[in-house]
This record gives sequence, C-alpha cells and structure tokens, in this order.
Amino acid sequence: MSVPVIAVQGLCKSFGSQRVVDGLDLTVERGRIYGFLGPNGSGKTTSIRMLCGLLTPDAGSGTCLGFDVLTESAAIKRRVGYMTQRFSWWEDLSIEENLRFAARMHDLREPRRVVDQTLERLGLSSRRRQLAGTLSGGWKQRLALAACLMHQPELLLLDEPTAGVDPKARRDFWSEIHALAREGLTVLVSTHYMDEAERCHRLAYIAYGKLLAEGTPAEILQTVGLSTWIIEAAPASAAAELKDRPGVEQVVPFGLRLHVSGADAETLAASVSAYAEHHGVVAARAESSLEDAFIALMRGRGSP
Amino acid sequence: MNAFSWRRLWAVLAKEFIQMRRDRLTFAMMVGIPIVQLCLFGFAINTDPKHLPTAVVVAEADEHVRRLLSAMEESDYFRIIAAPASVEQGQALLSAGEVLFLVRVPPDFGRELVRGARPALLVEVDATDPVASGNAVAALSNLLDQSLATDLDGPLVGLAARPGPVELRIQRRYNPEGITQFNIVPGLMGVVLTMTLIMMTGLAIARERERGTMENLLAMPVRPLEIMVGKLVPYILVAYVQVTVILAVSRFVFDVPVIGSVLLLLGCVLVFVIANLSVGLLFSTLARNQMQAMQMTFFFFLPSILLSGFMFPFRGMPGWAQAIGELLPLTHFLRIVRGILLKAHGLADVWPNVWPLLLFTLVVIALGAKRFRRTLD
Ligand SMILES: Nc1ncnc2c1ncn2[C@@H]1O[C@H](COP(=O)(O)OP(=O)(O)OP(=O)(O)O)[C@@H](O)[C@H]1O
Ligand SMILES: [Mg+2]
Repeated sequence: MSVPVIAVQGLCKSFGSQRVVDGLDLTVERGRIYGFLGPNGSGKTTSIRMLCGLLTPDAGSGTCLGFDVLTESAAIKRRVGYMTQRFSWWEDLSIEENLRFAARMHDLREPRRVVDQTLERLGLSSRRRQLAGTLSGGWKQRLALAACLMHQPELLLLDEPTAGVDPKARRDFWSEIHALAREGLTVLVSTHYMDEAERCHRLAYIAYGKLLAEGTPAEILQTVGLSTWIIEAAPASAAAELKDRPGVEQVVPFGLRLHVSGADAETLAASVSAYAEHHGVVAARAESSLEDAFIALMRGRGSP
Repeated sequence: MNAFSWRRLWAVLAKEFIQMRRDRLTFAMMVGIPIVQLCLFGFAINTDPKHLPTAVVVAEADEHVRRLLSAMEESDYFRIIAAPASVEQGQALLSAGEVLFLVRVPPDFGRELVRGARPALLVEVDATDPVASGNAVAALSNLLDQSLATDLDGPLVGLAARPGPVELRIQRRYNPEGITQFNIVPGLMGVVLTMTLIMMTGLAIARERERGTMENLLAMPVRPLEIMVGKLVPYILVAYVQVTVILAVSRFVFDVPVIGSVLLLLGCVLVFVIANLSVGLLFSTLARNQMQAMQMTFFFFLPSILLSGFMFPFRGMPGWAQAIGELLPLTHFLRIVRGILLKAHGLADVWPNVWPLLLFTLVVIALGAKRFRRTLD
C-alpha cells in the first residue's frame, strides 16, 4: 500500500490560550506499530483524539485510513478501534452487556457470537455477569482492549493501554498486537514504558505539543547522539560529584551502577575518565538507552 | 452513508433501561417524588385552612353568646380550644401561637344586642400568615349577621341589620366548595413532571460526560439522533408511570373529579413530556457535569412553579410576570389538565394551550440539536 494509514500535517489544538498540540506531522504506514511518547501533558491524548474525530483541530489537515480527519470522522470511527486512557466503559453494565453494546453499535452481523468469542478469548466467560466497575484495574484495561477489537478495525489507537497491567499480561498484549500487525492492522500506541517503546517499529516523541524526534528506535538514538558511560560500584558521593563536571548532562543510578551521559562525547569521556582514575573505579562506554535519549531531548527543550 | 439505524437505537435504549434498573435509588425517587409531593400538597398544604385554634374570653355568658360560639364552630373555620378567664391569658396564647384567634365578648354583649346598641365583638387575629386567617375572618363577619339575626325576632326584628341594597351572592364554580386540592392536585402532575424529567435527562448525558464514558460513546459510529432518542424514550415511560400514580391518587384519595377524557389527557401529557425532555436535553448539552445540570434544572423550575399559576393565581400577577408565564410549558399544561379534569374540556378547548407547547418543543429541540456536540471540544 502506498497510501499511509495516517497522514496528517500541521495539526494544532489550543485549549484557551494554551497551545497543546503545535504543528504535528505524522505519517504511519500500514501494518506498523507506531509508538507515541512524551512526558505528561505533552499532548498525546489530544493528538489521538483529533485523529479519530473526537476533537476538531484548530489548524492542519490530513487523512486517516484515506478519510479526511476534518470532514469524514463518521467513516473513520467505523474503521478505528480507540482505547481511551481512562477506563470509559460503563461500570454499571456487566462485562457481557458492555461488549454486546459495542457489538450492536458497530452493527456487527452476529453480535452474540462475537461477544461469546471475545469473552472466551479474554477468559472472562465465567465472569460475564460481573459489573465492569468491579473488575480490577488491569482487567478493566484488558476488557477495554478486547472491546475495541471486536469490530475488526483497520487502525487501533491505544492510549496507554498497558498502564497498571501485570508483566505477563503485558507481554501477551504485545504478542497479540504484533500478530495483528502482521495481518495488516496498524497500531498507534502511546506509552510511558521504554521496553514497550523498543518493541515498536517506529516512534514519535513529542513534548509541549511539538514533535521532537521521529524514526525507528535506532534512528532516534542516533539523532539524539548521546554517549553514555557506566561506572561500576560507584561510591555514594559519585552522583553529586559528577553532576557539575563539564560534558555531564545526566547522572542516573541503577542499583550500584551509575549511568553518566552527555551530548558532547569527548568532554564527557575526559570528565568520566578523570573521575574514575581519581577514585579508582571502573568506567566503561555503553550504549545509550531510549530513556536516556528522551530525557536528553526533554532537557534540550527546556520548560515552555 | 451512516444512516439512522434501528439496531443502534435499540442498543442505546437497552443500555439506558439496564442502567435505570440498576440505579434503584433514582428509580425509587422518580416514583416516590410524585407520591410525597401529592401527600404534602394534598394533605399538608392548604390555602383555605379550617379548624383553626381559637380562644374565647367571655365576660358574661348568655344564650346569645352561646349561639354565636356554636355558629363559629359550625362554620368549620374555628375550633374553640380554650376559654381563658382573662384577656391577658388569652393574649399569651395568641402570642405563643397556640391559637390564631382571640375572640373577646364584652360584658353586656347580649343586653346591648337586644337594645340595638350594636355591641362590639373584638377579635384579635394572628395575621402573620394572612392566607391562613383571611378566609376565616371573612367567614366570621358573615356568620355574625346570620347567627344573631335569628335572635332578633318578634318585637326585636326591626333591630336586625338592614340588608344592603344589593345582595351579593358568590358562586364558586367547578369547585363549588372551594376545595384547594381540586386545584392543586392536578397541577402537581405538571410540577412533578417538570422537575423529574428535566433533571433526569439533564443528568443522563452529564453523567456520561462526568464519568468519561461520553468519550467512548462519541468514538463509536453512533448518530446524535440515536443517542438522543435512546436516552429520551425511557423517560417517557417513566413519565407515564408518574402520571398514572398521580391520577390514581387524585381520583381515589382526594376524590378529584375526572370528568373529561382521560385519553385526551394522556395525549396532552405526551406533548408536555416531550417539551420537558427537550429542555433537559438542551441543558445537558450546556452542562459540563451533573452539578451544573441540577443547577440549571432549578433555574428553570423556580419560575415554572411561581409564574405558571400553580402557586399563585395567574390572572393576579402583573403583566410582565404573565408574559414570562406564557413562555413556560407548565403554564399551558396546568390549563390543559385543569380544563380536562375539572371542566371536561375537549380537544378544541385545549388546543389554544397545546400549540404553544408544540412550538416551544420545536424551538428547544432546534437549539439542542445545534448545541449537541459530536466532539469533546
Ligand atoms: N478538554 C481540555 N480542556 C483544557 N485543557 C485540556 C483539555 N484536554 C487536555 N488539556 C490540556 O492539554 C494538555 C495536554 O493534555 P493531553 O491529555 O493531551 O496530554 P498527554 O500527553 O496525554 O498526557 P499524559 O501522558 O499525562 O496522558 C494538558 O496540559 C492538559 O491540561
Ligand atoms: Mg494522555
């Protein structure tokens, strides 16, 4: 397919005087899992809502599944599965009633069979009469995901789908997402988990409503151009001492190890080696992680 | 392309019914409110109160005085509960609110009456609530003339007060005994429907917004019309339950006559119910949360109850108040209900009050549809 599933340019949205999304360009190809990252309040949820017609952009244009995001949101809604960040199914309806409602909303041909299959797949058949509001947080997420997959959408918009979900369920979730993507489903997923970011085909990182970096995880690491050193068995005072040395931008402890990174590779190398020699500790160059890269991106921007 | 779908409408309806059933408290309120209000207005609140506690201080009891007192009790307005020995004791009762009237019969009352000296009968009234005492005072002057006239017969007949040149005859029509319940109970139907329906629909959509489920609903391929109709229909049924309760209680507990066509009434109820639901819907498109929906309901409810002719006689209000009243659905509905129940009005008689309701509904629905947001903006 040559036409991208999502192709929007210059999307803007303001609430009052606050510009929440500022000129967002996004292109997502079919069958891709596209990660959407950014600090709290950076405009991820707002962007996703604009893509599925829940918010009207102030400016910008583009298409979603080939339909105009400004004028054809009805057609988009029928082909998109949107999972909201906050649980938005009816807590006073049972699991089964919620699923049945969704099935009927999408005019599915055999709602009963689809609902039964979904319950089966979720392993919730025996609890179908339980009120959705009484489910645990993680199960609510799983119900919400299952519900927005029922009508076999072409595009999934997932807003922090795995927040509060246990590691096993999270792994299952990602396996399923990858399986669906292989069949041609496109997924846009926002997340704060770095391990999930690494499992995406491509990433977009936004802060203060602006797109700061875009590409595969490796490309993003390259653009940010961060170099990182790991100091083994660092003394407790190390972090405080290293912080103000030239070239050092981040000092993050991981247990007894210390990750020290900065954009200027040479100055950083000099500072770290000097420190290691002086204190007699081992320092080694390491690959930067996505997390280091994103934090560097955010610091580079400063506060709005 | 995305045409109206009966299946989706049915899905919304089913969801609303299930939620209504699970929300027991609200459901109980919707049936309970009419019953409580009926009891309050029907039994407790009375603008023509009777059997008001009265104290009498009699200086000298004779047959004339006794006849006067028994006539007072027979009038039903007065219930003589005390006969204090002194005026001071009587005034203390009045001040404490234990009696509303203190009747002082002076010494020589009987003798002066017979002599034709027009003795004074002093009545002290607790006038803090003029409504409570007004009718009783009017009744008293009437009954004085009548009960004492019979004392002045034979040779004394010339002393009887000469009748005025015109005999005033008051004829109360439709409610010959002036029973307030006949006026208030049918009116209550309109009041209860106004309050519960506007509030319930206002809440129904504001609740979705507050709980975050609106985002989910709007992300589905459902048309606004399907949501609106799906949310309103259950409340039409609720309204008919309320109307049935009120009609039954009116008929069998308060003996309100139902001399007009019940079928016509039920038809007019539908028009009125839809008018109110559309107001609720309009409010729900304006309200961001349930609290705001409630506040708007009361903002609308207050003028409805005060200016519609439910609380105060409509024709007794100043022109500007009547003008506002004419804009309110309740005003027209009260005329329809009272007309049908008490005056046996037919369709032609109620039509002048039906078309304003239809016009009102049309305007409000147009406003609501314009305001209804398909997005979360
Ligand atoms: N309806 C609204 N009215 C006013 N401001 C809003 C509204 N919705 C979002 N905002 C503001 O827009 C900004 C971006 O919010 P958004 O929910 O898009 O962030 P996010 O990236 O999803 O954050 P998080 O990671 O915490 O979910 C925030 O500052 C928020 O306060
Ligand atoms: Mg968000």
